[in-house]
Amino acid sequence: MNFKNLRAFELAFLYEGGFMKAIVTIIGEDKVGIIARTSSVLSEANVNILDINQTVMREYFTMIMLVDIQKMNVSIDKLNEQLNEAGKDLGLSIRVQREDIFKKMHEI
Amino acid sequence: MINRDYIMETIGMVEKNKFDIRTITMGISLLDCASEDGKRSRQKIYDKITKKSEHLVKTVEAVEKEYGIPIINKRISVTPISIIAGSSGDSSYVEYAKILDLAAEAVGIDFLGGFSALVHKGFTKGDEILIHSIPEALAVTKKVCSSVNVANSKVGINMDAVKIMGDIIKHTAYLTREKDSLGCAKLVIFANSVEDNPFMAGAFHGVGEYETSLSVGVSGPGVVKAALEGVRGESFDVVSEVIKKTAFKITRAGELLVKEVSRRLNVPFNIMDLSLAPTPEIGDSVARILEEMGLERCGTHGTTAALALLNDAVKKGGIMASSHVGGLSGAFIPVSEDEGMIEAVKKGAITLDKLEAMTCVCSVGLDMIAVPGDTSASTLSAIIADECAIGVINNKSTAVRIIPVYGKGIGEEAEFGGLLGRAPIMAVNKFSSEAFIKRGGRIPAPVHSFKN
Repeated sequence: MNFKNLRAFELAFLYEGGFMKAIVTIIGEDKVGIIARTSSVLSEANVNILDINQTVMREYFTMIMLVDIQKMNVSIDKLNEQLNEAGKDLGLSIRVQREDIFKKMHEI
Repeated sequence: MINRDYIMETIGMVEKNKFDIRTITMGISLLDCASEDGKRSRQKIYDKITKKSEHLVKTVEAVEKEYGIPIINKRISVTPISIIAGSSGDSSYVEYAKILDLAAEAVGIDFLGGFSALVHKGFTKGDEILIHSIPEALAVTKKVCSSVNVANSKVGINMDAVKIMGDIIKHTAYLTREKDSLGCAKLVIFANSVEDNPFMAGAFHGVGEYETSLSVGVSGPGVVKAALEGVRGESFDVVSEVIKKTAFKITRAGELLVKEVSRRLNVPFNIMDLSLAPTPEIGDSVARILEEMGLERCGTHGTTAALALLNDAVKKGGIMASSHVGGLSGAFIPVSEDEGMIEAVKKGAITLDKLEAMTCVCSVGLDMIAVPGDTSASTLSAIIADECAIGVINNKSTAVRIIPVYGKGIGEEAEFGGLLGRAPIMAVNKFSSEAFIKRGGRIPAPVHSFKN
């Protein structure tokens, strides 16, 4: 990522406002090992889990993780690929998206 | 932690309701590419486009993946070529179209708009040459789109241009007859065209614009339809509110993504165009939104009112979400690109006349309509004149993208493929407008007071 064109306040915004954070969502049928498998992918990528929130709605397991990707050792694209793969093995969908999209779309 | 409902709603919009960013369009000024020598000018054009947009596709794809919101098309709009090519001594501008196509291919974009001329009052030498080059240019290129502005509210309607465009459409249809006259799908005739529209086929980069800039076209008819499913039977106050809120959300997503692309490419962000642009896929239709409001079929009585509400509410939500809303913003009503509209035509629910009425309140005009191949040039011109009158009197953009499908007639269908879809051929009025179109000249600018 190229930061050289950023002004100071933009950089501050990125760090504070969430670029360094991302949301991992896991949606699918509940089964053994979902958290274990997902967190092992995250830990290998040096991604820190800040918060986890999960529910089971009508057999559907949804888990949302807030993660810190500041010190991540792969690209977000690569991480997405690895999570997708883990998702395929487990038969559910796992994705990672930058956090700011959710704030921006739903808050004035 | 962010509200989980927000997260699930955003994911649902993409997964279930086909929410996408339709296009990120880079506008590139070619004003410094004019030259007395056509060959030299074309070399400059090629070099400039390929240099300026070198990283466009790659960057857009990276941002798309980080946010998990699909960005369907990457496009480029350029200064109207008639202005640039006018400096050369060339007597045809087909070579310019070819070089634009090569440049588009080289940088991997989907479409390039700007093989255009602005002739709302009169023609320059360059305009005339460009217009006469359109049929061949569209036949020999793949990605180049063309537009001609023939009228605006300040100066009236150039009826000489309207007349010529009827012939140009016919000729384009003939030259691309092997592909159901596909060339006509890449040609738009405008009244009150806008200089910052990111949508094709009418995109061009106006002379009042930046050196380079990025505009974004956001879509999402499926999202609006899904939101309205939650308020069945409620009053129009509720309907309008729901559409506004939905438009707000999708505009915000588009703005966030384009600003990120703009920052990485170091190219200024120009405008957000929030247009509900349908695709032929199920669940991505504007017609179905109108039906969701309570119409049995799109095209029946009440359709114009439903569309007026939709178009207005979309604009309001979009304007609240972004300070720089521009382009065409509103709801598009193309026939071939909208699964609900195609069905409405097949069931006989909608006619060309009703579509014309709808264009009084939609964001653009008669779009992607297939008519019989034997429709006369003067009838096509008269259809354009009618649309121009609506635009000029009501101070709005209107456009005509009509395809007289060579060799086909009523009851048959034209197949364009991809986002352009397929269109059942619609009937035109069988009475002649020949003598009307033959007059030529200019319909004067209307008075914009004494409104009634």
